This record gives sequence, C-alpha cells and structure tokens, in this order.
Amino acid sequence: MHELAISQSVVDAVLARTGDAQVTLLRLDVGRLSGVVPDALRFCFDLVVEGTSLEGARLLIDEPPGLGHCRDCGADFGLDVPILLCPCGSADVEVTGGRDLLVRSVEVA
Amino acid sequence: MCTTCGCGEDTGARLTTVHEHDAGHRHTHTVVMEQRVLAKNDDLAAANRTWLRARGLLTVNLMSSPGSGKTTLLECTIADLGGEWSVHVLEGDQETTVDADRIRAAGATAVQINTGAGCHLDADMVARGVRALDPSPGALLVIENVGNLVCPALFDLGEDLRVVVVSTPEGDEKPLKYPHMFATADLVLLTKTDLLPYVPFDVDRFTAAVRAVNSRARVLPVCATSGQGLEDWYSVLRARRPVHAPAEQASST
Repeated sequence: MHELAISQSVVDAVLARTGDAQVTLLRLDVGRLSGVVPDALRFCFDLVVEGTSLEGARLLIDEPPGLGHCRDCGADFGLDVPILLCPCGSADVEVTGGRDLLVRSVEVA
Repeated sequence: MCTTCGCGEDTGARLTTVHEHDAGHRHTHTVVMEQRVLAKNDDLAAANRTWLRARGLLTVNLMSSPGSGKTTLLECTIADLGGEWSVHVLEGDQETTVDADRIRAAGATAVQINTGAGCHLDADMVARGVRALDPSPGALLVIENVGNLVCPALFDLGEDLRVVVVSTPEGDEKPLKYPHMFATADLVLLTKTDLLPYVPFDVDRFTAAVRAVNSRARVLPVCATSGQGLEDWYSVLRARRPVHAPAEQASST
C-alpha cells in the first residue's frame, strides 16, 4: 500500500509550502500510468491529514490519460494500461504521458 | 488575485490569512505548487547516487515478490565474486534479521533494514542504511528490496541498476500482471530454471510479456542450484563496474 507513503509525501510537500495556513482544497494530478490508485490515495489522505492544517481539505484528483509514442512508426496513441504495444505491432514504445504524480496547487484560507 | 474584491497580488508562494472585507465574504488564495509528489525521495535518491558513485560503488536494487530467490542468488554471487570484488548488502524486510544473517554467513557485510508496516524501501532508509554499512570504495552494493512487486517500483533509491527477479513457479504472466515494476527494470532475472520441467512456465511467453511492458530490459535465466546462467549475471555486473574506483586511483598515485 504505497499510497500511504505517497499521501504522506503530498502532505509534507504542502505543509513545507503553506506552513500553518488552513488548506481548504488540494489539486493533484495522478496519471493513469503512475502506479498510484486514486481511491487508495483518498482513503490514506484522510488518515494522514488528521491533526494537520490540511484536515478537512477537499482533495481533487485529475487523472491525465496515458500516452505512448512508437519509436518504429512514429504514431502517438492513448494507453489505458502500461502494456506498451503500438497498433502497428511494435513494442518499442515510449511513454509520453500519464506517469505524472504532481501536487498542482492548493487553496489556503 | 481575488476576483471578487481584487485583493492579493499573485498566485505564487505568497500566503494570505483569512480576512473579512466590508462585504463580509471569506475567500481563499491559490498557491500554485506544480511539484512532483516524490520530489523529496527523488532528491534524496540523487544525493545517494552521487555519494555512491563518488566512492566507485556499483549499486544494484534487487526487487521481486517474496520467495523468488533473491537471497539465494546473493549467496551465490558473494561466493563466486567475493574473491575479486568486495560485496555489501542492504537487506530490506518487514521484520527479522534472517536475510542479513544469511548474507553475513555467506561472507559479505550486511545491514538489515526492517520497515515494520512499510512495503518498500525509500531513499532515506537507504541513506541511513548505507551510513551504517559503510561500504568500502569500489565495492558492489546490493540493495535487496522488500519482497513486493508493486510498491518498490515507484521509489528510486539511488541505484545504478534496477533488477527484477522472477522465479519460474510464479508464472510467465507476471510482467503483464505487475507492469509498473517491470517497466522500470534494466534487467530481469528468471530464477529456479531447474524447475522448468515441473511447472507450467513458457520462457518465450515470459520474454514476450517483459517486452510488452519494457522493450529495453534484458532477460537472463539463472539457476542458483545448478549454476546455469550465473556467469551471464556476473558479466552484467562486471560490465557495469566502475573502471577506476577511488581506492584504486589512490593506490596508483
């Protein structure tokens, strides 16, 4: 359950930036190929923020889609899972999107 | 800037506490972060990498499910390479020092990291473990990660080589079931190949599954019991060995 460690990293990063200010909203990007499950992250987030200035904050998670680029035929295409197969049959695919795990912004009161 | 009253100047790191206007409304300010969630771990991993490379160490992060044969493979590696290369091992497990004891008995120095409820090693644990281990310059450092094919995939430890170990009884579909782990591998070791006659495992299908998630990783079949393939594994390590370890430089000048 690495989402617990990920949640703690999110909270640490936000607290380092916002200090004691009350955080009301947090916007995250959890790419579809990031290896992190948004629902598990939400569950852990509620536990990790207890007693911090993030307690009660809303968590908005955007899930950017996975994107691949085929090094053989040059096609760019969507990837729902990290199985790197181009429609042309090549497996020489570079992941160009959907791996990000980002704290985009927070709202502070 | 607040669109209601125009207070506040920008959306950077500036913080403004809640205040009341004449209209009596409360509002919030946006703090733009655009920060990678794992930035702290990645920064620590980069510091580990710099420290380890400055000492001429080759660092390997060994990852797999529990029971794939990581520790047995290391026992063979220590026995076979120990004469030419100093080997140090950081052992990651939730509990006990069983594996570190095995490594010490095999002739290498080892430090056990117990993660308790934790499911993976992170760069901070490795930094502390390496300080306790105090590896000799130019040595081979192997980090045996917690047995888990999910969580360790996301955490850079500062290694030079990411190696995923799979044993034949686990099944040839493992790379497709746990693609994140295999996607990050530089090398995939297939262990317990002596069991191939007894388990439904197709090596070609396994290799194709690795290719489907990672077109670069090499697949090496090895067997600690018969010794088959171990020389190939050692060749990979020797090829990555830093040419001029600091200790060698010091003694030659």
